[in-house]
Amino acid sequence: MLKMRLDKLDSLYRIIADSYRLVAPQEKAGQVEFYPWSEGGQVRLDVLQTVKSAKEYFFPQSETLYHAKLTGKKLDIIPEEIEECPTVYFGVRGCDVRSFEILDKVFLSEPADTWYQAKREQSVIVAAACGNPENTCFCGLFGVDAALPGGDVTTWMDGSFLYWNPVTEKGDRLTEVVKELFEGNADSTEAGTGTDKAAEAEKATDTEAEKTADAEQATETAESVVTALISQIHKKLDALPLTGQLSLDGLDGDHLTELFESDKWAELSKACLGCGTCTFVCPTCQCYDIRDYDTGHGIQKFRCWDSCMYSDFTMMAHGNNRTTQLQRFRQRFMHKLVYFPSNNDGEYGCVGCGRCLKKCPVSLNIAKVIKTLGGEKHE
Amino acid sequence: MQRIEAEIKEKCRKLLQDGTVDRVIGWTGGLFDYDTAPQVFTAETLDNMVYTEYCGANLSKYLAAETKKDGRILALLKPCDTYSFNQLLLENRIRREHVYVLGVPCGGMKDENGQLLKCSTCKGNEWKAADDTVAADLKVPEAGDRFELIDRLNAMTSAERFSFWREELSKCIRCNACRNVCPACTCIKCVFDNAASGVASKANTDTFEENMFHIIRAFHVAGRCTDCGECSRVCPQGIPLHLLNRKFIKEINELYGEYQAGEAADSRPPLADFTKEDAEPGVVYERGGHA
Repeated sequence: MLKMRLDKLDSLYRIIADSYRLVAPQEKAGQVEFYPWSEGGQVRLDVLQTVKSAKEYFFPQSETLYHAKLTGKKLDIIPEEIEECPTVYFGVRGCDVRSFEILDKVFLSEPADTWYQAKREQSVIVAAACGNPENTCFCGLFGVDAALPGGDVTTWMDGSFLYWNPVTEKGDRLTEVVKELFEGNADSTEAGTGTDKAAEAEKATDTEAEKTADAEQATETAESVVTALISQIHKKLDALPLTGQLSLDGLDGDHLTELFESDKWAELSKACLGCGTCTFVCPTCQCYDIRDYDTGHGIQKFRCWDSCMYSDFTMMAHGNNRTTQLQRFRQRFMHKLVYFPSNNDGEYGCVGCGRCLKKCPVSLNIAKVIKTLGGEKHE
Repeated sequence: MQRIEAEIKEKCRKLLQDGTVDRVIGWTGGLFDYDTAPQVFTAETLDNMVYTEYCGANLSKYLAAETKKDGRILALLKPCDTYSFNQLLLENRIRREHVYVLGVPCGGMKDENGQLLKCSTCKGNEWKAADDTVAADLKVPEAGDRFELIDRLNAMTSAERFSFWREELSKCIRCNACRNVCPACTCIKCVFDNAASGVASKANTDTFEENMFHIIRAFHVAGRCTDCGECSRVCPQGIPLHLLNRKFIKEINELYGEYQAGEAADSRPPLADFTKEDAEPGVVYERGGHA
């Protein structure tokens, strides 16, 4: 566990940006999103959530796959080059960290999606604990702990310090790059808070002994501060309005037919405008369309985000197998709450980030669906 | 508001009972006070209806689909919503005999962040179409000058204006919320969804596309937009899209005389009408345009 005064944050960004591309929440025209950082950029760690998650860096909204060029009778296929660009994503919340793991299941299972894989492998996630979760947050329902957000490095903040705890090897490598800015000792990576490194810490007693007494003291203090921060966050999470209000009971593959045929979908989907807001702000939505663009002297094959809310989603030669908004709406939530968990060992395709609660133009969202369909109703 | 809600429900119940209407479109409560959603109710589900200061959504567009169905639907419309309703009637998108309009009073609507932006240029508390109304002495928000920002944008150099719009439109994620909520956007198949059009697209791939979608939309609703403000209310990226429409409204007012779309269902929209006083194309040069 390392700690650093908050007034050194700019130096931290600078030192990271020397070795990596740094992507962090920043404001543009009134909205905070993950943008590449450059000198002078104001990182908004005070804002809980960006409009979109950082998934767009692994899975861009629009992405060229290859170019096709016809010269005489010769057809050349020129794959789009995958850029080498190790990137640090700074200030990723626990829900979004989990969402990357969900996307990994989709894109990295064999055959792996090479475009996603390349960008994902080059990523280092610096996760930030949520000091101030919002009323729309319900990550706890899916087992996400906003106080222990994971990532390659986990960070916490109080009024004066940033606490930094590397979790993975990638995190250790980043820590090497930045450790000069921190107090405490880079070798001590144990938060003492139930993270993966708990077991390793005990074995590392020899190394511990080599540390200076000062550093040890600083680390201990940092650890106790973080422990207190975590319990503060847990209290806030427990007090959120949706905590304890939603139940996933019965939302599983065993109740698939029953859920699919529920007469509640009509009511739930009635107001749906068929826009793509929920799917585009969702950190776990992963559907895309593949299209050709006629450049005038060739074809550019690209993919772009698609939305199951759109009328031409999964359009096939015979037409479309979902012709009403009710069917499209049902597809979205059945996918996240029933199909995905039944294909992925019970892991839901939702992380409880609450973005759809904030952004749906007519206030439809997954929490309302869970409230209506989940719980004891199926027992 | 509770008294108003009770009175609205009472009227709805009566009309459902006597068979005047067979369903009601209003708002239903959500997880929080502020997240009401449009919903269609029958006599059995009417109890779930709410009417609070969080019922900002404009229900008139739903009537395009709802009035195609058999029966008659009762629609709760706030004063500003009746402008959209009239415009839809004018364009033959709504079957008037299939809807019963109950005008509901409004003192300005809000969301979790406070008063809605559209309420800062409130059109007043007069319904422009209604079969019946629920009266109340709610004070509407004081309306500011809706062209103030347009004048400021007009006063900018074209480079400044371009950079303002680039900054805003570069946030667009092409979710189509603005289009789908817009009561003036009632094309059965939007050109941007039509693969055969050659301009269909699901994502902006460059800055040109980011601009084009919104500019085309603004042109398409010119003279038909009632300035209901739903586009800016729903934009997940907070893009002030209503300003594009207002720019057109101001231009139309200057070139063809004051006109408020949706004020009357039998008006002649200036862009769909001809008078000898209409501006000639050459006015472009007088107004500082270039060949």
